[in-house]
Amino acid sequence: MDVLRAETPLVDAVIKEMSVGTRIFLSGTIYTARDAAHERLVDLIAAHKPLPFDMEGSVIYYVGPSPAKPGHVIGAAGPTTSSRMDPYTPLLLDRGVKGMIGKGARSREVIEAMKKNCAVYFGATGGAAALLSKSIVEAEVIAFEELGTEAVRRLIIKDMPLIVINDCEGRDLYIEGQKEWASV
Amino acid sequence: MRVIDVNEIQSIVKELFIRACTDINDDIMDSFVKSREREESPVGRAVFDQLIQNAEIAQKESIPICQDTGFSVIFLEIGQEVAFAGGLLRNALEEGVREAYTEGYLRKSIVKNPLTSPENTKDNTPPIIHTDIVSGDRVKVTVLPKGGGSENMSRIKMMKPADGVEGLKNFVIETVKTAGANPCPPLLIGVGAGGTFDYVAFLAKKALLRHIGERNPDPKIAEYEVDWLKEVNKLGIGPAGLGGRITALDLFIELFPRHIASFPAAVNIQCHAARSKSYTI
Repeated sequence: MDVLRAETPLVDAVIKEMSVGTRIFLSGTIYTARDAAHERLVDLIAAHKPLPFDMEGSVIYYVGPSPAKPGHVIGAAGPTTSSRMDPYTPLLLDRGVKGMIGKGARSREVIEAMKKNCAVYFGATGGAAALLSKSIVEAEVIAFEELGTEAVRRLIIKDMPLIVINDCEGRDLYIEGQKEWASV
Repeated sequence: MRVIDVNEIQSIVKELFIRACTDINDDIMDSFVKSREREESPVGRAVFDQLIQNAEIAQKESIPICQDTGFSVIFLEIGQEVAFAGGLLRNALEEGVREAYTEGYLRKSIVKNPLTSPENTKDNTPPIIHTDIVSGDRVKVTVLPKGGGSENMSRIKMMKPADGVEGLKNFVIETVKTAGANPCPPLLIGVGAGGTFDYVAFLAKKALLRHIGERNPDPKIAEYEVDWLKEVNKLGIGPAGLGGRITALDLFIELFPRHIASFPAAVNIQCHAARSKSYTI
């Protein structure tokens, strides 16, 4: 199993090294967005209005955290199911988003858009939310505060443990992994 | 006649939801440790390591195992000699949920109206309440904070009687296969069969209240549970869906008599957090 340390923003040269199944420890700035925020972002793009963060080179984490306890940066913060964001994703990839963190398989359209735009999809372990929250050193709501857990947050992360599910060549760890370990 | 003050039930509900969301059950942790040794896939073992570490952090710091602290499902077994006083039982249950989700720093994940309002209810109410009136004078409260991810991968099917046991087995395997990584494997699988369209789904959810290794008392059904678990684990989906031998930790079947024309079937998927806690007074 290959292991790679990487920092945002993600550039093409680094993304091309991130082949399917590589374990990644990611640091830097990422942005949270799930269902409601994606809908709003896409509406803002359609209306040619300014976006809450610069999409170019960005990494989006599909997460709705639980509330932070006093003295904590953030609550439990594991990934939500990515496929619900599939309808919005090709547009965001065209706008420069380079990485996505979530769980669960992506659609054919998203994987093709990733190939076209040289982007990568990382899996964070679903349900390891307390552990994942320890990689988050700063968290700030930057848009759609009224959405509560679904607001857009800027997170500073350090060594968040991820794995490459889809690389920029369209390979899929879910498909390859299941094939390798299925016993019919 | 035994009188129980609903405030006592309220406190129990509050405590149970907080504990369910932060303290993993012993049988689950035990299963993680044993499964980690049995799992042959290296990435699968690494996932188990993360789940074990995650559960330890959550319990130690009293933070949620998973950020999706779920829909507040409550099962009540009420002894018929019990009378409730001190207010409406329903209100006490709601208040217990409200307090748990506020004081326990749990996520409020409920939206007011599926059709007309995306507005959050802000306190994770209303709970979904199942009541069973039983003999005696005790009250058993069970909470099951049920996450959206696993619920979304659950399925109901009105099969034909001719579909038979094989049909049910195939429906279960197909449901798990289609779900893939989405519901956070390794899973617990609750299977319901019989009853009516609505009751079979309840049976499948009730099945999830069992502990790992707790077999259906009917030996024939217990045999199906063991066999179908093996079949599911042949799929190779593995921990976090990354490929491995252990896709599910256990499988439970709950049955009820069926109509001569129907064979309702339901598969309620549960994630590895498998959160549920009970208390009896």
